[in-house]
Amino acid sequence: MLLKTLTESFGLSGNEKEVRDIIIAEIKDYCTTIKTDRIGNIIAFKEGKPNSKRIMVTAHMDEVGLMVKDIDSSGLIKFIPVGGIDKRILVSKTVLIGNDKIPGVIGAKPIHLQKRNEWSNALNMSDLYIDIGAKSKEDAEKYVNIGDYVAFDSKYTEFGDNLVKAKALDNRVGCAILIDLIKNIEDISFYGVFTVMEEVGLVGAGPAAYEVDPDISIILEGTLCYDIPKLDSHMIPTYIGGGPAISLVDRTTVYNHKLRDRVVQVAKKNNIPHQFRKTAMGGNDSGRIHTSRDGSLTTTISVPCRNIHSPVSVMSLEDYNNTSKLVKALLYDFDEEGYNEF
Amino acid sequence: MSNLELLKLLSNHNGISGFESTLNEIIIPYFEKYADKVTIDKLGNIIALKKGSSSGESPKIMIAAHMDEIGLMVNDIEENGFLRFTSVGGIDPRTILGQEVIVHGKEDLFGVIGAKPPHLQDANEQNKAIKMKDMTIDIGLDCAKVKELVKIGDSITINRSLIELKNNRVAGKALDDRAGVVAMFECLKELSNLNHEADIYFVATVQEEVSMAGAITSTYRINPDIGIAVDVGFGTTPELDKADSLDLGKGPGITLGGNIHPGLRKKLVSTANEYNIPHQMEITVGPTGTDARAIQITREGIPALVLSIPLRYMHTSVELIDVVDIKHTGKLLAFFIKEISNENLEGLLCY
Repeated sequence: MLLKTLTESFGLSGNEKEVRDIIIAEIKDYCTTIKTDRIGNIIAFKEGKPNSKRIMVTAHMDEVGLMVKDIDSSGLIKFIPVGGIDKRILVSKTVLIGNDKIPGVIGAKPIHLQKRNEWSNALNMSDLYIDIGAKSKEDAEKYVNIGDYVAFDSKYTEFGDNLVKAKALDNRVGCAILIDLIKNIEDISFYGVFTVMEEVGLVGAGPAAYEVDPDISIILEGTLCYDIPKLDSHMIPTYIGGGPAISLVDRTTVYNHKLRDRVVQVAKKNNIPHQFRKTAMGGNDSGRIHTSRDGSLTTTISVPCRNIHSPVSVMSLEDYNNTSKLVKALLYDFDEEGYNEF
Repeated sequence: MSNLELLKLLSNHNGISGFESTLNEIIIPYFEKYADKVTIDKLGNIIALKKGSSSGESPKIMIAAHMDEIGLMVNDIEENGFLRFTSVGGIDPRTILGQEVIVHGKEDLFGVIGAKPPHLQDANEQNKAIKMKDMTIDIGLDCAKVKELVKIGDSITINRSLIELKNNRVAGKALDDRAGVVAMFECLKELSNLNHEADIYFVATVQEEVSMAGAITSTYRINPDIGIAVDVGFGTTPELDKADSLDLGKGPGITLGGNIHPGLRKKLVSTANEYNIPHQMEITVGPTGTDARAIQITREGIPALVLSIPLRYMHTSVELIDVVDIKHTGKLLAFFIKEISNENLEGLLCY
C-alpha cells in the first residue's frame, strides 16, 4: 500500500531522496512533464482541458527527526533535532540511523536512581543520547557519522475502527493524496508539486511557487488533532473522523475567505464531511506560496493527525478518503463558473 | 534453541505483575527438557526441579529469577473511547509518552499513548514532564465497542520487539528480569553436563516488581539451604556513577552486603576465578531490590546470594544488555552449584 511505503521510507528535511524516488516512480507515467528542481522539489504538470486559472496542488515530502552531532568516548551518540520535535517524546524510543538504517535506542536513567522531583521535569535533548550497542567511539564510527539523519523507527499499522498509526503522516498523507490525484484526474490541467524542507522553515515552497507561478494553490497537509473529552470545543483544533480540515488562519497565512467559502460549498455540494481547523498555531508551505511573486490564493486542506511529529501519529482512513474526494471535487470545480471573481 | 531466541520470545511476550501465566507456555517446555519435574504453585510461580546425584539427603539450592514485568492497567474509559490508566511497578511516566501499547482486553488491542501536543501548550509547560494522569490511550474504537472488549483492571504492555544492536547487545522490554530467566535456563543446560550433589529448584517467580510475593511463597515451600536471586543491575551510562554501575559484557555483578551470605559469596567469587568466568562486584549495604530480599527472611532465615546481569535503561521499554552476560551468569551459577556438597555446605554457611 502506498501510504505504508511512504510513511516507512525516510525523508528528513534536506534528505528527501528516498521519498522523492518513490514518488517519481509512482507518477512519472501519468505526468505531461516532470522535473526535480535545483533544491529537490518535484514539479509535475498534468495537462487536461485548458483552464483559465493556473492551479497548483502541493504536499511537502520531508518529515521531522534527528541528526547525529557527536559520538562520545563510550560510543553513545548525541543529536540535534531536525524540525519541531517535542523533546519529551524521545525517551525510551527506537530509531534508525543513516542510509544503512542502523538501529539504536534512546535510553533513560533508571527510575530507581532518580530523585522524586526529577520525574516532573522534561529531559532536555542535551541529556539524551542514542545507544547502538557500540563499545567505544571508534566502534561507533564504523557505523555512524556526524551528520547522519536519524528517523523514528515505526511501522505503518492499521488498528481500531479504520485508524492508522505511522511516523511521518505529516506529510506523507498529503503526498499520497497528491500522487493519487496525478494518477486519476484526466481532464483538468494542474501542477502537482512535492516540496522539500517544509519542516525547517518552508524552504522548498517559495522557489517552487516562483517557478510555477500559480493563481490558486491547494496545500495538502497532515495537521494537529487533539480531541479528548471534557475539553471546550473551541479548544479542539480538529476531530479524527470529522473529515478534511479546512484552514482559517495559521502562523503563516490568513486564508482568503472567498476561496475558503468556495471550498466549503464544494464539500457541501458533494456531501463530503468536513471541518474547520480551529487553531492559529502551526503553519505550512502556504506562507511562502501566497506571497510568491505578486501573490496568489491558497487554501490548506488537511487530514487530522493525533500525536503529530511523533513516531505514533494516528489518522483515520475515512478522513484520508474524504480529503482525497474533496480535493478531486475542488479540481473539477475550478472548471465551473465563479472563479473569475478571485 | 539459542539463549537469544529464548530471550526474544520472552521479551516480546507479555506478563505484568499478577498476569504472568501467559508466559507458562514458553517457559515450561524449555525447562521440561532438562529438569526432572516442573510444577506451578498457587501464586503462579513456575518451579523446575533438577535432582542432584546425592543418594542420601541432598542440599537444596533455590535459584529465583522473576518473570513478571512492569506495565500499566486500565482505570477508566472516556466517553470517546480513550482509556485512562495507572502503573503497575515503578514506571517513569516520561518513558511512556508516544509509545505503542497492547491492551490485553478480551482480545489484544493495539493502541498508542498520547497527550496534549506542544503546539497547544504554553512555552513553560513544555519543560515539565507530562503526568500519567494527563495521558490517554487511543485504541481507535468508540466507547461502546471499547466497553465490549476492555474492562477496568485489564493489563497493558508496551508494544516492543527485541532489537538486535551491535556487539551482541540487544534492547527490548522486560529484560528485567526475563534475561535472568534465560540465565537460569543456561545454568540448567550446563548442569546436564555436570555432576552436582544438590537438588536445584529453578523458580520463575511472579510479582517481584510489586511485592516479591512469588519469592516469599516459593522460598517457604522449597525451604532451601541456599537461595540465589538472578536479577539485573544498573549498566554503566554517562549519568550514573561508575562505582554504582556495572559494565556491559564483563560478566554478572556479584552483590556484596547485608542481604548476602559472606561465606557463600566468597565461594562464588573463588569459583568464578577458578573457572575464569568474568564477573564484577556490586555493593548494596541493606536489602537488595531483588527476590533475595524476601528469600533471606523466609522461615527462620535463609542464606542468600545475588547475581546481577548488567542492564542499561532499567524500567524502560529499551532495556539494553549484552547477551554474553547471560551466558557468563548461567555458567557461574552451574559451576558454583557443582562445588556445593553435603560435606562442605556446613563449613560454607558457618560465620
